[in-house]
Amino acid sequence: MASPGLLERPPLPSVAAVGVRPTPRRARAAGRALRRLLLRSTAIALFLLLWQIAPSLGWVDRALIPPLGEVLTAWRELAGNGQLWSNTSASLQRALTGFVLAVGLAVPIGLLVAWYRPVRDFLEPLLEVFRNTAALALLPVFTVLLGIGETSKIAIVVYACFFPVLLNTVSGVGSVDHLLVKSARSLGFGELRVFQKVVLPAAVPSIFTGIRMAGASSILVLIAAEMVGARAGLGYLVTYAQMNFLIPEMYAGILTISAIGLLFNAVLVSLERRASRWRADLSH
Amino acid sequence: MSAGIRLEGVGKEFPSRGGAAPFAALAGVDLDVAAGEFVALVGPSGCGKSTLLDLVGGFTRPTSGSITVGGRPITGPGLDRGLVFQQYALLPWRTALANVELGLEATRLPRRQRRAVAREYLELVGLTGAEDRYPHQLSGGMRQRVAIARSLAFDPEVLLMDEPFAALDAQTRETLQGELLRIWDRTGKTVVFITHGIDEAVLLGQRVAVMTARPGRITAVLDVPLPMHRRQGDVRSDPEFARLRHQVWELLQEEAPPVAADAPAERPAEPLREVVGVG
Ligand SMILES: Nc1ncnc2c1ncn2[C@@H]1O[C@H](COP(=O)(O)OP(=O)(O)OP(=O)(O)O)[C@@H](O)[C@H]1O
Ligand SMILES: [Mg+2]
Repeated sequence: MASPGLLERPPLPSVAAVGVRPTPRRARAAGRALRRLLLRSTAIALFLLLWQIAPSLGWVDRALIPPLGEVLTAWRELAGNGQLWSNTSASLQRALTGFVLAVGLAVPIGLLVAWYRPVRDFLEPLLEVFRNTAALALLPVFTVLLGIGETSKIAIVVYACFFPVLLNTVSGVGSVDHLLVKSARSLGFGELRVFQKVVLPAAVPSIFTGIRMAGASSILVLIAAEMVGARAGLGYLVTYAQMNFLIPEMYAGILTISAIGLLFNAVLVSLERRASRWRADLSH
Repeated sequence: MSAGIRLEGVGKEFPSRGGAAPFAALAGVDLDVAAGEFVALVGPSGCGKSTLLDLVGGFTRPTSGSITVGGRPITGPGLDRGLVFQQYALLPWRTALANVELGLEATRLPRRQRRAVAREYLELVGLTGAEDRYPHQLSGGMRQRVAIARSLAFDPEVLLMDEPFAALDAQTRETLQGELLRIWDRTGKTVVFITHGIDEAVLLGQRVAVMTARPGRITAVLDVPLPMHRRQGDVRSDPEFARLRHQVWELLQEEAPPVAADAPAERPAEPLREVVGVG
């Protein structure tokens, strides 16, 4: 990734734009936000409620879908005996290592590819092919080449994360307003400084979109890889529980996976929003 | 400081698709702009005005002829020339002040001083108080003021402006025209101002160069003997202004090309009346 000094500082929220709103209006806005939050969480609450009562009332077979309460009890047990944490940390470690490696590789490579037009025209079709080859389809290849240890799992995460970041970096650089580049050149900047002062900051929103997409696939791909062959990790936990008929434990693992996915995504979405604030501002 | 610009026999051809003969956007352009002079360049759409400015700006090289600024041949873009575009070209992620500072970042000025100079130029264009606003929080007129401040801040010898006020509403345009004259008066820069408005050309230029298309040529250069103070206020009702305005109009009419069958596909020839009639 670029060092902080290389990047332009992203704009801070402007006081001038937001202005100081009179209190009643702000209160009304808060009320609206609260109502929205309520509405948005209602569906989840109803779903969880259904999960609790459907098995309890015998609408579904509780051996296959145990009520939520039972799942939560199993979850607390797993958390208590340390199994949950050891598997979660195994998964997180792999996902984050792969993710960070991929971002660290894809951004500079993407910048290079995009800046040198011939390189870009040469490589873009091949990159499209790679991106559209589902990472999971390559799982056997990784296993054959790298075994079933940590390396192959991290490698597949790197693969899955690399292309969204790379392609978004390339397209971010490619869509820089030509006039901005021209005007920067007229201000006496050479190639490198035009890149640093105009091209890179203009591409940042798109790069962060790629990073968010990569975050989602990192977890997805890793869990799948862990289900196929691993001795630790949340994917392993779920498969292990399933094979041993520990159905509540299986759901507890699944719940943990969704929670981590949600959290990771939320962090990345907020980063993305921060990076592209000026772009969002352009549209209104 | 200001410098003169000299174009001698400048021609520019663009390769055309399909192996046809290259398209001559400019041919045999001669123009002498004295140091500190304000020259307006008027001509119909597609006659090669922007092409000419790109050459002086150093973005492209002429196919023939020579261009010098302050006696030096042009080798590329440089800080001796400041450019102002119709679309402002401000960095949307930088504040007004930081956008003006951008123009100083290729100079040797230390950071602290850059800020001070940028403030000074924002003041010159009447934007004190808007330093911390982002471009999207500024009106079109204010954005163009920022762009002008940016191009002046590094103290270029000449200012090259490509239809800078064309995207503004009539009233804002009139205000900025007055401001530009005031700034020109204060800074003594050489200005080349491109427009397709006859009124604007006569109002601003000490001389008006009239261009025609296919190939782009300068067909006449008119003196505009209107003193500064007559240009402020309601100059459009001045009989002298009306006379000059009509003269330019006639020049553009005379030189209107016959309905060309070989007009380039991207830019069909438009009837001249519509293109340059209203300033
Ligand atoms: N890069 C290029 N390649 C090919 N043809 C070009 C190129 N740039 C300009 N032209 C052609 O040169 C001619 C002059 O274009 P130019 O942009 O200089 O016109 P202009 O006078 O600035 O017009 P406008 O008033 O619409 O801005 C046009 O016919 C245009 O199609
Ligand atoms: Mg033009």
